Amino acid sequence: MIIAKPKPLKDVFEMTKGFDRLLLVGCDGCVSVTQAGGERQAEVLKALLEMERRVKGETAPKAKAVSILRQCDRQIATTALNPLIDEYDAIVCLGCGVGVQTLASLYPSKPTFPANDTMFLGMHDTKADKFYEMCRACGDCLLHETGGICPITRCAKSLLNGPCGGQSKGKCEVGGGKNDCAWVLIYNRLKERNRLDLFTKFRPPRDHRFSEHPRELGDEAEEEVTA
Amino acid sequence: MTGEAYGELMRQINSGKFVFTGELEPVKTTNLKEVIEGAKVLKSSVVAVNVTDNPTAFGYMNALVPSYVIQKEAGVEAVYQMTTRDRNRLALISDVLAASTLGIKNILVLTGDHTTVGDTPQAKPVFDLDSATFVYMLRKMMDEGVDLNNNKIEEPPKFNIGIAAAPNADPLEPEILKIERKVKLGVDFIQTQCVYGVDQAKSFLDAASYLNTPILIGVAPFKSVSMMEWMVKFVPGIKVPEEIQGRIRKAKETGGKEAVYEANIDIFAELMKGIRKTTGAAGIHAMAIGFEWIIPKIIERAGL
Repeated sequence: MIIAKPKPLKDVFEMTKGFDRLLLVGCDGCVSVTQAGGERQAEVLKALLEMERRVKGETAPKAKAVSILRQCDRQIATTALNPLIDEYDAIVCLGCGVGVQTLASLYPSKPTFPANDTMFLGMHDTKADKFYEMCRACGDCLLHETGGICPITRCAKSLLNGPCGGQSKGKCEVGGGKNDCAWVLIYNRLKERNRLDLFTKFRPPRDHRFSEHPRELGDEAEEEVTA
Repeated sequence: MTGEAYGELMRQINSGKFVFTGELEPVKTTNLKEVIEGAKVLKSSVVAVNVTDNPTAFGYMNALVPSYVIQKEAGVEAVYQMTTRDRNRLALISDVLAASTLGIKNILVLTGDHTTVGDTPQAKPVFDLDSATFVYMLRKMMDEGVDLNNNKIEEPPKFNIGIAAAPNADPLEPEILKIERKVKLGVDFIQTQCVYGVDQAKSFLDAASYLNTPILIGVAPFKSVSMMEWMVKFVPGIKVPEEIQGRIRKAKETGGKEAVYEANIDIFAELMKGIRKTTGAAGIHAMAIGFEWIIPKIIERAGL
């Protein structure tokens, strides 16, 4: 899922300064799991925005907090927000960066402010309540060769042919030694499976066109349908 | 094709001579005086000198210029270090072509320390290639006379290619297999990070002997007690035996800076001698940045 965290409140206060009619839009998708973007978070942020204005001796803005199923879906967003949008001057978006841009494109006359910082594509360990980056969406998956461990994401240098000299006892020097060296993980996994041939295999330079952005998907599917 | 010598370093290795290489570090300056002086000091005892490329991700002078200048002004062959951290494959090709044009004979291929450990940690790390894919590109350029996309190179470059190794890597096996990957692509020599015991050199050389590639073992004396302590604490894979640490500390307490140098000369002469006499190393890569003068003294005391 997409992992996001709330921006510092002072940043949100600063961006919304001068706007008196604010629609706060949460998202019940990925970001609700990190508690950055669900309905409750939208309500809390609304209360904080109002409080901040009052503390400064200003009139609290007219604000409404809602949350929609998935901000990244244009149709869902349109259905949910069209009945409300005319009454507001600006949108405070508690989705990910995709959500912000979806809403900004649907309502180009309304400034749309990001309340979150979008961080990564992650795995959730519910027991430890932690999120771990697992995929950088490189567009050219090689997990079948690396024991299900992504070196593009989990090696700080994205090495195709690691490990480098910066590992010590299986820990990466980047990040202060708390992260595992992805290439030592890959080595251990492939050794367990008796597949060190995959480890020693040379991987030629990546074709970065697979991750040339902005990317899109859909034309091919349409062509298939029409053909 | 590996094995062919393009410079004096590889000629001497191929002849079976036990070789020494040194190391110089162009720093954050526009003045090359110290680098040239360092090269002149090292000249008497080493066959070639590595010129570092933004070591530990500090933004220094481009290594190609001092590599060229020490060859021209000091008459010492350079080992031009190139990391993949700061340049994509286009920029690497440009610098490789330029290096060959300037008469550089050796390239040491490195991935490079991550930007976040350096003096400009906000920088975007490149790593378009890694050290293996860079070796692969160099081989294509040299052996086939083409770039990665098979575009022809007029007058292809010629180099001897070196790679680095971490002899104290823990775990060691993935390190050895990584070296194997690169050796299979075609490298001429290996220079290692520093060791502080003949046993450390030996166990690495034993593990890597099946690769049949000349290995120069890294040796790095300590400029000061604080430098020693920093290395022990922060450099991954550095193992300094208590006995050596004790001798350096004691020297500092009893005789100050001069005694530390003297202890270094003794300690590292013993180490070099041990490596020379009891292992299959092809030579020693001696690193003493900022006090290069000590290297000839150590080699002299070792009687090598």
